[in-house]
Amino acid sequence: MARAVETKSFTLEEMGYSVFLALLAVVCVILAGKAWDWQLAVHATVGAIFAAAGIFLIIKGYQSRLANPAQEIDGKPNYNMGPVKFAAIAAMFWGVAGFLVGVYIASELAFPFLNFDLPFLNFGRLRPLHTSAVIFAFGGNALLATSFYVVQRTSQARMPGIVTPWFVMLGYNAFIVIAGTGYLMGVTQSKEYAEPEWYADLWLTVVWVVYLLAFLGTLWKRKESHIYVANWFYLSFIVTVAMLHLGNNVSVPVSIYSVKSVQAFSGVQDAMVQWWYGHNAVGFFLTAAFLGIMYYFVPKRAERPVYSYRLSIVHFWALIFIYIWAGPHHLHYTALPEWAGTLGMTFSVILWMPSWGGMINGLMTLSGAWDKLRTDPVLRMLVVSVAFYGMSTFEGPLMSIKAVNGLSHYTDWTVGHVHSGALGWVGFVSFGALYCLFPWLWNKKGVYSLKLVSWHFWTATIGIVFYICAMWVSGIMQGLMWRAYDKLGFLEYSFIETVAAMHPYYAIRALGGGLFLVGSLIMVYNLYMTVVHGEDAEGVAAGSPALAPAE
Amino acid sequence: MTTYESVARFAQTWGLIYFFVIFAGVLVYALWPKNKRSFDEASRIPLRED
Repeated sequence: MARAVETKSFTLEEMGYSVFLALLAVVCVILAGKAWDWQLAVHATVGAIFAAAGIFLIIKGYQSRLANPAQEIDGKPNYNMGPVKFAAIAAMFWGVAGFLVGVYIASELAFPFLNFDLPFLNFGRLRPLHTSAVIFAFGGNALLATSFYVVQRTSQARMPGIVTPWFVMLGYNAFIVIAGTGYLMGVTQSKEYAEPEWYADLWLTVVWVVYLLAFLGTLWKRKESHIYVANWFYLSFIVTVAMLHLGNNVSVPVSIYSVKSVQAFSGVQDAMVQWWYGHNAVGFFLTAAFLGIMYYFVPKRAERPVYSYRLSIVHFWALIFIYIWAGPHHLHYTALPEWAGTLGMTFSVILWMPSWGGMINGLMTLSGAWDKLRTDPVLRMLVVSVAFYGMSTFEGPLMSIKAVNGLSHYTDWTVGHVHSGALGWVGFVSFGALYCLFPWLWNKKGVYSLKLVSWHFWTATIGIVFYICAMWVSGIMQGLMWRAYDKLGFLEYSFIETVAAMHPYYAIRALGGGLFLVGSLIMVYNLYMTVVHGEDAEGVAAGSPALAPAE
Repeated sequence: MTTYESVARFAQTWGLIYFFVIFAGVLVYALWPKNKRSFDEASRIPLRED
């Protein structure tokens, strides 16, 4: 349905978003004026500015486009890659910011004077800033970029809508800004990985529903009859995160003029809902969605189809049906009934199977092409990420077993485990995807320097090894010290003695995180040079349409 | 019978059957010989240039 150039109209979609944002701006101005707390006044002001900026961008977009965008150009799908470019750059930016905050708080733990007695530099406020920045800002933008790229390419169809894809990207990043600044100002509902307060949660709900519709709309328009497996993983991530977000944020604001809200659940029910959410944030945000990246980018980079498509189907359904039950293992030896803990532990152990199904599928995709690991550091990064995935999904079920959990829980072992998954799996698979995406999106032959990718790879890998080894030693030592009794039955160590014993490992952890940060800076330089000075891919000059710049 | 017992009994019977049937269904779908061709084709989707 390629249209003539002269057809151009202010679409119903553009009108709808403009009206919605205008109403939102009015509501924000009222909230800013009548707010009970200064934090809400700040956020409502920011919200009003963002909404106004949104309307401005819609009108500017309308004025600058020549026609309603064509669905196809010369028989080829006219993919909408502008929003993908934006999210890829945002992922890079938030990644560095999140790693930097991580290194800073790791240093605070080793050298506490670094908080300078300032409330907004306090560990308690910076820690959620770090976790949200790396998981939701870095990981989230990497997922937005790759999911919009993959679903368009594997469906051979342009995303529906003119404003919609941009609304998802900019709206999600607006949520990140509201959430992150909120933590620094002390706004939190104190739920791990779900810290943002009610108004930010409502906004995210709107953005997420639009994300789901945009994704489904692209699938609806697909030319391929089969929906490629990566899209199944992305879709399960979008649907489940919507369900988790709604389930864990059943809270009533004290007043619409207050940042504070009260949870509908209380006591152990609240804890159970929180960890049902928390563990599935790991399962569906940090696992299923990034498996979507793996299922597209590993075959693409290795130039081989996935090892077993059948295995991908079996492990997909097994993974999503089992993960949802594993949450109670976060609450062993608490007020949670024992049977619930046993249930969570059992499902966690069963998860070994589908997790390793995915790992085997990713690794074996390289069978017959292992030599590429020697020459292509990007592929090496992707493959090592899958290896880390296998390692951390082996360690996780092990730690969910009650006897092991009795030693590991509340210690640094947990922190080390999370980071072997987060840095090794999520970090590396995202870096690998970004190294592929940047040349593809900006029509370059390849990444600027493979040698620098290699440097990034080794710096980051050594950093991870420092990090997780330090945390293993520190965590197990901490657990053993806590449970050591003298011969009269008294605890052998006071708490402060365990803290003092961990100091050297905390310093090593900060060093490891620092190396990981340095690696990511190498990546930023390399990707910047790819865009600005990279060699153009063949056929770019030959009249192919110039892609719209990202913002 | 306490609430716990009735819920547990339901989970241990119908819950088990539910999971088992779904898993069996997935296995049958994935391993059905006739589906192999379309799966092989699907696995090449990312590699096809457009």
